[in-house]
Amino acid sequence: MQAKGFVHKYGDNVDTDVIIPARYLNLSDKKELAAHCMEDIDKNFVSVVKEGDLMVGGFNFGCGSSREHAPMVIKESGISCVIAKTFARIFYRNAINIGLPILECPEASEKIESGDDVSIDFNTGTITNHSKNESYQASPFPEFIKEIMEAGGLLASMQNQKGKAE
Amino acid sequence: MGMTMTQKILAAHAGLPEVKAGQLIRAKLDMVLGNDITSPVAIREFFKEGFDSVFDKSKISLVMDHFTPNKDIKAAEHCSQCRSFARQFNIDNFYDVGDMGVEHSLLPEKGLVASGECIIGADSHTCTYGALGAFSTGVGSTDMACGMATGEAWFKVPEAIQIKLTGKLSPLVSGKDLILHIIGTIGVDGALYQSMEYTGEGVKSLSMDDRLCIANMSIEAGAKNGIFPVDETTIEYMNGRVNRPYNIYEADEDAEYVRTLEIDLSTLEPTVAFPHLPENTRTIGEVGDIPINQVIIGSCTNGRLSDMEVAAKIMQGKRIHPDVRAIIIPATQQIYLDAMEKGYLRTFIEAGCSVSTPTCGPCLGGHMGVMSAGERCVATTNRNFVGRMGHVDSEVYLASSEVAAASAITGKISDPREVS
Repeated sequence: MQAKGFVHKYGDNVDTDVIIPARYLNLSDKKELAAHCMEDIDKNFVSVVKEGDLMVGGFNFGCGSSREHAPMVIKESGISCVIAKTFARIFYRNAINIGLPILECPEASEKIESGDDVSIDFNTGTITNHSKNESYQASPFPEFIKEIMEAGGLLASMQNQKGKAE
Repeated sequence: MGMTMTQKILAAHAGLPEVKAGQLIRAKLDMVLGNDITSPVAIREFFKEGFDSVFDKSKISLVMDHFTPNKDIKAAEHCSQCRSFARQFNIDNFYDVGDMGVEHSLLPEKGLVASGECIIGADSHTCTYGALGAFSTGVGSTDMACGMATGEAWFKVPEAIQIKLTGKLSPLVSGKDLILHIIGTIGVDGALYQSMEYTGEGVKSLSMDDRLCIANMSIEAGAKNGIFPVDETTIEYMNGRVNRPYNIYEADEDAEYVRTLEIDLSTLEPTVAFPHLPENTRTIGEVGDIPINQVIIGSCTNGRLSDMEVAAKIMQGKRIHPDVRAIIIPATQQIYLDAMEKGYLRTFIEAGCSVSTPTCGPCLGGHMGVMSAGERCVATTNRNFVGRMGHVDSEVYLASSEVAAASAITGKISDPREVS
């Protein structure tokens, strides 16, 4: 698994209310929801984000509500991976469960700037910043999480396991 | 090395003699909860993956509380999907308008959660049930779907922070002030991935309502769960509500804690969290002059009978400030009835407050108290993020019911000890 794209960078404690404000949670269509991704802190995000781009945050990314709509709209926007110093735990498991790759890497979070061209090798956890000619090392996913990611999410991986067992 | 209370409950539900922090386990679930926002997503995933049965219809709770009574057509469609699902699988605990309440007040009240149980809910404040000595944590809709189908969930066993309590709270200081003080001390990610385990002789002086409020906001410090030891107060609360056997777990004496916070309850002051993070706390003496437009008393954090009682005592015979709109939301129908019978609702209405049927409504800027740009609210809710209660330029100040009621009277953030 790999990812490559340009970076959209935010600060610490990016909460689920700014990722997708509750006033839109009456929507159920993923595309309609994604049209409001990040709008309370970055009105331009939805118009500039491109398929494959990356998102970078600081400490406690995704804090707040358990709404799975948060990782869902980030994934639906085309973001191929979120890198942060730390993630709030519910966001972390939701991202894994829906198959949105996320990596904890304080060094990458410090050094990467908005607009940098960055690629990631998920097998090794290596993050390469082509704009700055730097690379940073994150821990690769543990095997259990890698299986879920490769299947595209928790439910799909459960079906795979069921298939194997049968 | 011994285990914490959380680790013991997880080990028992994973069928293991012991677990260690960091270990990945699959645990059996005693309850899977969802609401009208998170359940429709879970139901969609449930059917998409081809599941055609639920693991146990008595161990699933669906509570229509966020955008209800429905605020618009789309919200109504979400509730409609939940209703059909509940009917199709004959879900025992489906709570709709008329008997629903704010989920985390409703489930303990109905005896649907008990000490020693392992509970997940597709709502971040599911950590509330730690007040009863349960392991209880918030998850997303996919976990909920998977939990409803299989009765299991994966967990990483958490490390723990010990919060050792001594002394007793002073009058007009509550559990809300304690949890705001803790979040202010350790920060919104101070307990990230960890459990917050309350210990010490100070615990016994805390009422069940206080414990529910404290455990409820563990997530605002980033915690996986918050948990209280089971004592006479817990057992008394569960008597007559919980009609099934339950287990009581105690932390081992040599349980490992990554840090210990010692708090003397008698030193706490009324505390307010300023916008836009629950960690931005100030004691009431440091607040200064902050005029307000709205007061909300309610939510899964502070919408219980004791909240109604203290607010009514402060408002008794008074009128709220003319610049303030005060909205009081008893969290369940039972609390509503009790507050009515005790005369609290009359006190609120005569003071100029609006009294609402149970709903999460304003807490997440859904309905029933959404704010315009520039407005300020003192709320007994749990989050004050940017845009949480409406316009991105509105502000939420988190406080106890005592502070909220006093502030409604004076029109600015106020010390309840100076108003009552």
